[in-house]
Order: sequence, then structure tokens, then C-alpha cells
Amino acid sequence: MEKFTTVTGIVAPLDRPNVDTDAIIPKQYLKSIKRSGFGPNAFDDWRYLDPGEPDMDNRSRRVNKDFVLNQQPYEQAVILLARENFGCGSSREHAVWALEDFGFRAVIAPSFADIFFNNSFKNGMLPIALDANVVEDLFNKVNGKKGYQLTIDLASQKIITEEGDEIEFDVDEFRKYCLLNGLDDIGLTLNHADDIRAYEEQRKQSAPWLF
Amino acid sequence: MSGKTLYDKLFDAHVVRTEDDGTALLYIDRHLVHEVTSPQAFEGLRLANRQPWRADAALAVPDHNVPTDVAERAKGITDPVAKKQVEALDNNAREFGITEFDMNDIRQGIVHVIGPEQGATLPGMTLVCGDSHTATHGAFGAMAFGIGTSEVEHVLATQCLIQKKMKNMRINVEGTLGTGVTAKDIVLAIIGEIGTAGGTGYAIEFAGSAIRGLSMDGRMTICNMAIEAGARVGLVAVDQTTIDYVKGRPYAPKAELWERAVAAWSALVSDDDAKFDSEIMLDAASIKPQVTWGTSPEMVVAIDDTVPDPAQESDEVKSSGMEKALDYMGLKAGTPMNEISIDKVFIGSCTNSRLEDLQEAAKVINGRKLAENVKLALVVPGSGLIKQQAEQQGLDKIFSDAGFEWREPGCSMCLAMNADRLEAGERCASTSNRNFEGRQGQGSRTHLVSPAMAAAAAIAGHFVDVRNF
Repeated sequence: MEKFTTVTGIVAPLDRPNVDTDAIIPKQYLKSIKRSGFGPNAFDDWRYLDPGEPDMDNRSRRVNKDFVLNQQPYEQAVILLARENFGCGSSREHAVWALEDFGFRAVIAPSFADIFFNNSFKNGMLPIALDANVVEDLFNKVNGKKGYQLTIDLASQKIITEEGDEIEFDVDEFRKYCLLNGLDDIGLTLNHADDIRAYEEQRKQSAPWLF
Repeated sequence: MSGKTLYDKLFDAHVVRTEDDGTALLYIDRHLVHEVTSPQAFEGLRLANRQPWRADAALAVPDHNVPTDVAERAKGITDPVAKKQVEALDNNAREFGITEFDMNDIRQGIVHVIGPEQGATLPGMTLVCGDSHTATHGAFGAMAFGIGTSEVEHVLATQCLIQKKMKNMRINVEGTLGTGVTAKDIVLAIIGEIGTAGGTGYAIEFAGSAIRGLSMDGRMTICNMAIEAGARVGLVAVDQTTIDYVKGRPYAPKAELWERAVAAWSALVSDDDAKFDSEIMLDAASIKPQVTWGTSPEMVVAIDDTVPDPAQESDEVKSSGMEKALDYMGLKAGTPMNEISIDKVFIGSCTNSRLEDLQEAAKVINGRKLAENVKLALVVPGSGLIKQQAEQQGLDKIFSDAGFEWREPGCSMCLAMNADRLEAGERCASTSNRNFEGRQGQGSRTHLVSPAMAAAAAIAGHFVDVRNF
């Protein structure tokens, strides 16, 4: 997993509440058995005016020029700014893979759906929940200047604006540790293999029908 | 010290170890696997040269991509990309020694239908699946939740997940449901009340006399849509209805083990003095048949109501969301719900494809035919065994005589990964769980309803109050 330490870059404003994972990556692309290559179809129904299918050449499709990620300079955005309940709906991790493949490293919103939030950390992507009025301020800044940039410093848990203001954010200790070091959860868990075996032995006594 | 909630009991019983910050390593008893969210996880195992920790705890079934058309099912999947994904599941199950009910097995069906049907879902378990509707299994007093593909790999490799305890919410639905009002209407009314983020960060226990009065099929419908209320976990306490359902199923414990299990399961209720972080009351008698009007499950009203007006919403973000939804749905504020006509009907999905759902829909038909403006009405049973039982009861004939298509089991038009889908602009009365933009096909317009309401709409050609139909 890619480490997340400090990220600086353009913020794309996606001014909608309840952006669901069906919108982030429509179902026809979930047929892939790979983990990469979803970026060109991130937000497919919003980015294109005609329907898309896997393996289609997107250059032949009609682009929706009104959609924010089709406008310059947001094709280079690395931070996505959104409204409440971002990532609701299905558990598809393809949603995170699509955002990551597009180039995003962080999403800032007032709130996130639990599964999306969790999936993000497994892929070096940082979801940051901030008060709705702080998010509103950021929307004003970003809408006020195309190409507005933020810096996210995970170690100090701060977002630094272009004006030099600092916004603090919360993140779980354990998740922060894994992101900063790019650690693979499975390896960490297998360090506790003896504990897992001990638990199984005890459960075989107390609830043998589970084995 | 106050007592424990059911969720706390389930969580505590599965903790392998706890870190200083409260993060727990949680043991997983059952892992259900389907074709869409697992290939990258199996690939991860191969790349790291890892084997499943406990292959016997996993059960695999293809459901999202499988064709429901009888002829296509018999001759194999036509879509080459879908075919490859289903074959990948077959191969992975074989390679890693995991039991699979393949596409032509009578036990095949929607993963959240077959788990309970086989007794692979048991009270007191932790159960996960790479699918957000895993909350369904909480109807058995099991802690069940959806996970992403990285976690699918994590469970395969370690039989554990790294988790933090959620907060506890209890939703009490007291009283008696009116005639024609079902579990689906209860859960849609709840989502209308608390919103799609209302349960975020919580495990929701559904309680009260109206919930206890439901069959297991109804309880599964309620827990299934906990995720549409934002909660990963939905729960119903164990009672005699639960035990009676589980008894005798293929994977359920037998003989002496059964007696021991039943004794243990009787403790799977929240203690009387348990404290909930949030508690909500709903009067069952006041719930009417529900219909969604927008592009989020919380955009829902009763059938005798009208399409709401964004101008009446004071919150600016919400109001603009409502406008976008009305625009997408092609609806005008103030239109009575029962004047909205439909193009297609879908009865199925992990929310409403069980025997009771099919029975309720069939009862409404009562010898009548599909309305002329209804181009297609699909009935997709949740599993091969449900299909078989329904046929033994003659339900297939009731549906076919009315003009419905009787299909093979799978997820089908709930998410339209296979050929079952809506064309742009088409409007569907659907018993599924999500009315998101594009969910049933690009440009599709979905209205979520109960099976009885979907059947009534199919006959009338527009939404109609099933209570006077």
C-alpha cells in the first residue's frame, strides 16, 4: 500500500450530498477481476453523456462538459471535496480504486458512509470528516479560485490552506500508523496467529457447533 | 454497571485481542463469498503465497452476474466479461478448497438468501461478506456486516477483522401493522424518519412487538436495509421464531449439539437494563404502504401522499438535492404518488425475493393481468430452492398467467449487472433496496416498494394503494 504522509494538490469541488458508490463506479465496471484501471470510468454516468461499457474507448464518447472533473484544472485534482454521507451504498472497494486511479489521495466531506470510510484506509486514501461549516468555507475558497490547493499533513493531523490557515482533523491512531507506514493489515494480524489459535481452541469448547 | 446490548454481547464474544486504542481483532465465524468482490482478494492470497485460514468457514455462490433468463442459464453466460468473473469464482473455490453452490446447483441463489436458507447463518455468529446487504443476517441475532475486498482477503487469510465497536441504536416498532402493510414498509418508513445517514456509526437493533410479530423473512427484509439507514449492522433478538426457522436446516447443528446451541442462543437478547446511545420509537399502526420518489431511499412518502416540494425544504443542500432528484426522476412536486405510471416491474433482490414475498405479491394478482403500459414484469426468486417451493405452490403459474416473467435466481435487476435492466428514462416499481441514479441501468428511474405494492402497480399500470386494491 502506498504511504500517506503529506499531500499537496488541487481540490475538486463535488457539490452534492449522498454521493453513492454506484455513482462513483457504475456496476458494469465491477465485472473486472483486476484491482486497477477503474479511473477512466470514475463517475462514468456524470462524466459522459452516452452509456459506457467495459473495454470501450472513452475517447469516442460524448463528454459532459458541465461535470466538474471534466473541467480544467480538475483533471489534475488530488483532493476531492464533497458533501455529507459521501460513499454511501454498496461495499464495492472498486469505488476507492476508481478514485485512487483517477488521482485522488484524499476526500474531505462532513460525513462518510462507514464501509467506504473503512475501505479508503486499506488503499492509502485518506477520508477526512470536518464540520459542515468548515466544509462550506472550503467550498467557498475552492469555488472562488480555480486550482485552489490544500496541503494535508497526516503526521500532525492538519490541513493547511493557501492562506496558511490550519484546520485540524481526527484520525484513528491505528489507521494513521498504517497509512503513514504503508502497512499491510494482513501481515500485522498474522503476527497474532497464536492469539487467533488460542481463541479458536476456547470457542471449540464453548460453541463447538461453529466448527 | 448497566447490562449489555445484544450487539455488545456479540462483539465481546468474538474479541481475539484488543489494542490500547480500543481497536479489536475480531474473529469471524462465517464468510460468504460472491463473484464480484472476491477475485482481487483471491489474487492477493496467491501473490502473497497465503492459504485460507479456515476454508470450511467460507461458502461461495455466484449471484450478481448470473443470467436469470431460463434459456441463457441453461446454455451458459453470454456476456464474456461476466462469464470470466463467474468462472474465476468457480476456479478460486476449487483451488482454495471452499464449498461453492455453482450456477446450476439447485441451492444457488442470492448470497443473503442462501446463507439463512442453508442454516449457514446461525444466531450468535459473526458473519461477513463483500456486500453491504450482509446486514440481512442480523435478523438471526448474528453480527453481520458488509466489507470491502481488502477485508475479504483479510478474513480469508486470518479469519479475523480489525474492528472498533460501533455505537448502539434501538428502533422500537410497537403495535399492529395495518392490512397490506409489510416489513418493507416498516423499514422504508424508518429510513424516511432517520435518513440514509441516520444510522452511520451505529449497530441498529430492531425491536418492539411489530418486529417480534414478523416472520424470519420479514425480519430479514428489515435488517437488509439497515445499510440504507447508514448502519452496517442490523439486528433482531433471538426468539422462538428464530429457533424454529433454523431447526433442521443442512448446516444447522444436530442432536445434542442442537440442544446446547439453543440453550446458548437464548441469551442473545439485549439485557433489560442495557443502555442504547440512541433510541427511536415508531407506531406500527401509523405506517402506510411506502413508495420512494427520488434517488435516495430516504426520499420516501406514503402512497396516499404527493411528491414533495423542494421549495418547502429550508436546508439549502437538501433542497438542491431534492431538485436534482426530481429532475432525474422526471417528476413534478405536488403530483399524487398514485398518479405516477410505470414501465417495468421488478420483484426480487436480497430484500424481497423470499417465499413470503412471492406469496404476498401473488395474492394481490388475484386472476388479473398486467396493465398494457407495463412492458416487462420480472419475478426473480432468491434461490433455486425458493423457486422450487413457489412452483410447488403454483405461484409461478399465477405470475405467468398475469403476464409476469418467471426467472432463475440471482441479483438481477436490483443492480442490473446482468442483462436485466431498465432503458434510460424507464420507470420501475421495484422491490429492491436502492433507487440511486443509474442503479437499474443508465438513466433508470427506480421507485422502491413492497412486493404487494409492486404487484398492485403491475396490474394498475401506476402506483396504487394496495390496501384498497
